[in-house]
Amino acid sequence: MSKTILTVDDSRTMRDMLRMALVDAGFKVVQAEDGVHGLEVLAGETPDVIITDINMPRMDGYGFIEGVRADPKHRAVPILVLSTESSPEKKMRARDAGATGWIVKPFNSEKLVDAIRRVAA
Amino acid sequence: MDPMAEIKATFFQECEEQLVELESGLLAMDAGDDSSETVNAVFRAVHSVKGGAGAFGLDDLVHFAHVFETTLDEVRAGRLAATAEVVKPMLRAADILADLVRAARDGGFVDPARCETSSAELKKITGIEDTAAADDDGMDGLVFQPMQVALPPIGDAPASGAPDLDIAALLAAAQPEPEPAPAEPGGWTLTFKPKAELYKKANETVLLLRELARLGDVEVELDASELPLLPHLDPEGSYLSWNIKVRGPAPEGDIREVFDFVESDCDLTVAPIGAEGEDASGLSADDVAAIASAEAELDIAALISRAQGGIAETSEPVGQSSEQQPAPVIAPAPAAPVAAAPAPAPAAAAPPEGREAKAAAAAATIRVDLDRVDRVIDLVGELVINQAMLAQRVTEAGMARASSVAVGLDELEQLTREIQDSVMAMRAQPVKSVFQRMPRLVREVAAVVGKQVRLVTDGEGTEVDKTVIERLTDPLTHMIRNAIDHGLESPEKRIAAGKNPEGVVRLSALHRSGRIVIEVADDGGGINRERVKNIAIEKGLIAADAALTDEEIDNLIFLPGFSTAATISDISGRGVGMDVVKRSIQELGGRISISSRPGLGSTFTMSLPLTLAVLDGMVVTAGQQTLVAPLTAIVETLQPRRADVSNLGDGARVISIRGSYVPLVDVGLSLGYRSEPLDAEQGVALLIEGEGGRRAVLLVDAIQGQRQVVIKSLEANYRRVPGIAAATILGDGRVALILDIDALVAASRGTEAPRMLQAG
Repeated sequence: MSKTILTVDDSRTMRDMLRMALVDAGFKVVQAEDGVHGLEVLAGETPDVIITDINMPRMDGYGFIEGVRADPKHRAVPILVLSTESSPEKKMRARDAGATGWIVKPFNSEKLVDAIRRVAA
Repeated sequence: MDPMAEIKATFFQECEEQLVELESGLLAMDAGDDSSETVNAVFRAVHSVKGGAGAFGLDDLVHFAHVFETTLDEVRAGRLAATAEVVKPMLRAADILADLVRAARDGGFVDPARCETSSAELKKITGIEDTAAADDDGMDGLVFQPMQVALPPIGDAPASGAPDLDIAALLAAAQPEPEPAPAEPGGWTLTFKPKAELYKKANETVLLLRELARLGDVEVELDASELPLLPHLDPEGSYLSWNIKVRGPAPEGDIREVFDFVESDCDLTVAPIGAEGEDASGLSADDVAAIASAEAELDIAALISRAQGGIAETSEPVGQSSEQQPAPVIAPAPAAPVAAAPAPAPAAAAPPEGREAKAAAAAATIRVDLDRVDRVIDLVGELVINQAMLAQRVTEAGMARASSVAVGLDELEQLTREIQDSVMAMRAQPVKSVFQRMPRLVREVAAVVGKQVRLVTDGEGTEVDKTVIERLTDPLTHMIRNAIDHGLESPEKRIAAGKNPEGVVRLSALHRSGRIVIEVADDGGGINRERVKNIAIEKGLIAADAALTDEEIDNLIFLPGFSTAATISDISGRGVGMDVVKRSIQELGGRISISSRPGLGSTFTMSLPLTLAVLDGMVVTAGQQTLVAPLTAIVETLQPRRADVSNLGDGARVISIRGSYVPLVDVGLSLGYRSEPLDAEQGVALLIEGEGGRRAVLLVDAIQGQRQVVIKSLEANYRRVPGIAAATILGDGRVALILDIDALVAASRGTEAPRMLQAG
């Protein structure tokens, strides 16, 4: 059965690119536009992996990751952070929030699928 | 379309939205709004542009956006105050960013010197001089370097090149490591002891082992010796560790990369096979602490299930640990802490509620293809026509007005109207999208002409049909240019006149009686009537001895060929005068007027229809045909007396209305419905005003009434017909043509043969 990936990104461009790359790689894709929306989507979905942006309106990536980890139903879902930010302190913050791994933009689909494989059971 | 090209198109569309966000945010900051919401929105806008640009390899854009973002980050972090000295350069940078986006989209070119100047300006305000240093939040070359290395596409490249490197791996790569290849390339021996945090972040030992198995033959040995007795066991703790041998030529970097994500959440040693003796590491202080603290929060039920899992796992793997398939062996171990759900949840970040609610309200929109909306509008148009036809049939059938059918029809009519209004509202957009382009224009024009200008906008939320909005940009641009170039005085003159040296241009929009009214007002010197009149005389637009009222003089500027600028400046004197503005407004079914007070300024007022899909029309009969005249063009209706009409020969007639002669257009004759002219006294006259304020009288047989009609393009469905603007379908199912007032007026002036259709 194909894996379901939830992507959370406020940029339509990024959402489209993620969808294209992931669908091509055989994943089922669910998308959300920001942290708040992401948590809403999670109420009805149980993705195998979550990919999230950091800089987003309403609720940023850190808040979203903490929100996911606080939910008993989703606390064990691997979360990959996809962001242009690559500074150690930003990574540290994401990690402290509970992020599983990190992908730096711009990404290519190979890198993306590779990272998913590394964290997805 | 190629999916990538499609995404790129989305990207540019999104860029436009972000640029609007950016500018309005910066303007808000300029006006003193330093709330984190605004600053964050501005930051995100630039950040998004940069992110997308990176994906498409738009390096110029990425580079500039990066410098911009760095500056904004300083403001966001509170290290830089958003003073005018900071915001003004950012506004200029926003303009350049917009240009770069458009250049990337349309293949244009942006002067690199402008980018450089702006970059330098931004760097100066942040105090960051060096590009390299500016490149990553003050990080030094450590991070920057590997990112460069990563630019060529690499698949299974060495870990040190992967752009998603972790800091630990980076440090490992950066460390002087002259002996990367072991003496014996046979493989590596690893000890791996995950901490509880590793599982909390949803990492899995089994997956790490699976990754290792991709690199070579793997021998895995589970060390369960630290597993405590049941009463001391924390269901969320981590007690197991592994000794792993990876046989194969994989370099150490590849091995370490597997643990990239978990580097800080485990104790890991990697050594060439044969040297493992030194690597045996004991329990770290962290682990002891974790175990100790774990005792405090025992959950009996979870503990029992954990213990059951634990027993199964310890009894099996010990014997089989050297097998080739590590995955099934260790699978239960990492799964256990995950399964033990009812644990105290980590502190969750509850979103700030007020902000969330506000943003949620703003986000309640959907994007719909314009074609679909237009299709609905078309269908509703049909529905309106159909409903009118039905009503007419019912009347024809002789049903009483009080009959239930007629009452039901009345209700249907109301519903239809409501649906029509709602559908029209779907096409309506706030004028904000046009108004938002103006601040930049004002900045640029003000800079060129050397005047100080403040733009005040009002009523940005006023909605009007999308088509009207699209066609509003050019006239508005021109009027604002004019207001600054011709309307406002130079700062010196303003000071001399006792005014604030900074001129104000006010742009406002409001709804008034089913139309949108847009005003462009300046507080300049007002129209110099004497000069305007002299110019008009010079250019032969009016007679030298013409006696004109102030209002008439003001309106001279709308005449074709009029230009007040003594020297043609490169701002407004592009051969495009107010006459063009007036024409484009009229093409939209609107009117424009001016009012001016000497020394106090001028105000241009435009009134436009809210939609181009329906029209308020006067339904008339001419030569047995039903026609519609746009109500906006009709000044008055009158019953002509034969004595008022004079023949000029060649069939042309004029009518005297309160002392002035106006051409009389016999509509039936002009359109070829009739070969004999209609006796003026038998018909009804409509005094109409067309383009340029030229008046004419349309002579028709009778007036049927006033009605809102749905406009159907004649050009799209048949072909262009001179004298006819469009068509509509009436309640009785017949097509009625909508008159093209300007064409009829022009014809009446003798510029073309009046009988337009007879030739064809």
